[in-house]
Amino acid sequence: MFPVLKAASYVLMHTPDMVLNNGTTQTTERIVNPESEYLKKVNENLRPFEEIVSYPPNQCYIGNITPEELATYEMPWYDKAIEGATAHGKKGEIFEEDVFLAFIKASDSFDLVLLEKDFTESVRPKLEAYPGLNAKASTLPAGIELEKITTEIQNRGAEPLLYKGEVVGCVKRAHDIDVNLNAHVIFENLVVKASGMIAMERLFVLNNIDPASIDYVIECSEEACGDMNQRGGGNFAKALAEMTNCVNATGSDTRGFCAAPTHALIEAAALVKSGVYKNVVVAAGGATAKLGMNGKDHVKKGMPILEDCVAGFALLVSENDGEHPILRTDLVGGHTVGTGSSPQNVMSSLITKALDKGGLKITDIDKYSVEMQNPDITKPAGAGDVPQANYKMIAALGVMRKDLERTQLNSFVEKHGMVGWAPTQGHIPSGVPYCGFAIDDIMSGKIHRAMIVGKGSLFLGRMTNLFDGVSIVVENNPGIQVEEGSVSKEEIRKMVAEAMSNFAASLNQ
Amino acid sequence: MSLYDGKKVILLGDRDGVPAPAMEECLKSTDAEVIFAATECFV
Repeated sequence: MFPVLKAASYVLMHTPDMVLNNGTTQTTERIVNPESEYLKKVNENLRPFEEIVSYPPNQCYIGNITPEELATYEMPWYDKAIEGATAHGKKGEIFEEDVFLAFIKASDSFDLVLLEKDFTESVRPKLEAYPGLNAKASTLPAGIELEKITTEIQNRGAEPLLYKGEVVGCVKRAHDIDVNLNAHVIFENLVVKASGMIAMERLFVLNNIDPASIDYVIECSEEACGDMNQRGGGNFAKALAEMTNCVNATGSDTRGFCAAPTHALIEAAALVKSGVYKNVVVAAGGATAKLGMNGKDHVKKGMPILEDCVAGFALLVSENDGEHPILRTDLVGGHTVGTGSSPQNVMSSLITKALDKGGLKITDIDKYSVEMQNPDITKPAGAGDVPQANYKMIAALGVMRKDLERTQLNSFVEKHGMVGWAPTQGHIPSGVPYCGFAIDDIMSGKIHRAMIVGKGSLFLGRMTNLFDGVSIVVENNPGIQVEEGSVSKEEIRKMVAEAMSNFAASLNQ
Repeated sequence: MSLYDGKKVILLGDRDGVPAPAMEECLKSTDAEVIFAATECFV
């Protein structure tokens, strides 16, 4: 039996202070052009929390509006606001920066995070506002004097933690020499841990899932934790499981740039299908490095800096329950070493390779979830509308295969595609943002089948020039069926009864 | 005679568009010299 996609959660952490201090566009500018006009304008182009919450794509990310509803808003979206929008989502939550700093402290297992005492007390009551937040996620020890924090920053290379422009804490280095444990790396890794943790936390709380039922966690973000002897040793997954009270779980990290979440989804499905585990969580935290990545173009065009949130997500893959959408482990696509790099070959490997295994046409997939980057962010920066570009390529492939007519190109894009809504956090927009909606849409009968497609830019790691990508089909659950060639319980009962009857008859002879 | 014959070419590809190796392949039928080719990810 195929495994099912049972639940999904999506979280955003509003981190305006981290845009200036931790986004690589800004930190690079500080090095090469410290007096730049852009750096002076960053703070005045950041949005307040209320605008983050009412921003239509963010409401879509946490599940309060559907992609179809988002599409009804005329672009640009940054000057639109959803009336009465709330930070509490049907599928997730948007958190303020001070609360996220508290999560970072709560995620600290080695006393590396210091928070100022007044700040600590000011955020403590906010943590109580979140229903179901477990003790590990909300436990904050008393803070310390600001003086001790500034000493760590000035004398020992600690990474400052800011809130509303003021230093309220720091992350200390974990080793005097090892660059893999310096304050910057520890900070980035704790951001992954804290945002991944809260995504899993919301997955369990919003879907009434017992963390103790989880057997395995696959973490699929884009950072690496380790030390000088094993730079990417790992493992975020086990750390997330520990934080969220998954007492019966172990886990491991899967990496593949932006393609990693779909790789992880396929791995989770395979682990459940094979019977190795019953409940596998796929989760990822977010990246501070990508904050404000396209900020220069946004500021140049008089826009707010839209990459101002760290994101996270979590998915649950479970044994077939006869209800939730099934993950078709037999309909998997993938870019292989021999695929080549022409756009036609790339799309064929990802899309039609999976479809051909099931004798399906391109039009048999009701919704394609590709790179769901928010075009409000990418278009002003010259990167275009990424989901739209992907849909056009899929449609063109469909025309080549004669699955659709040339005249149907635009209507295909409209019917089988979606507008993008996910923040440009690399792995975050890649295929998986639709998983939550896919569960709803398939279970309600709105659609029958979706394809999750993840792509990754492996060449950025300078180990190969190759691109990567994988895909998997998700479809409605036909109910638990007895597989061909297998025997049902009822049949076994009959066979035993028959054998006993024959045996009894033989005794009477 | 191709437009690219005898030219030195710099190729910048896009992960979600046309990657550099694909452009390089196309130029093999000309006398162009590819002096730099890279694919970037703009998201």
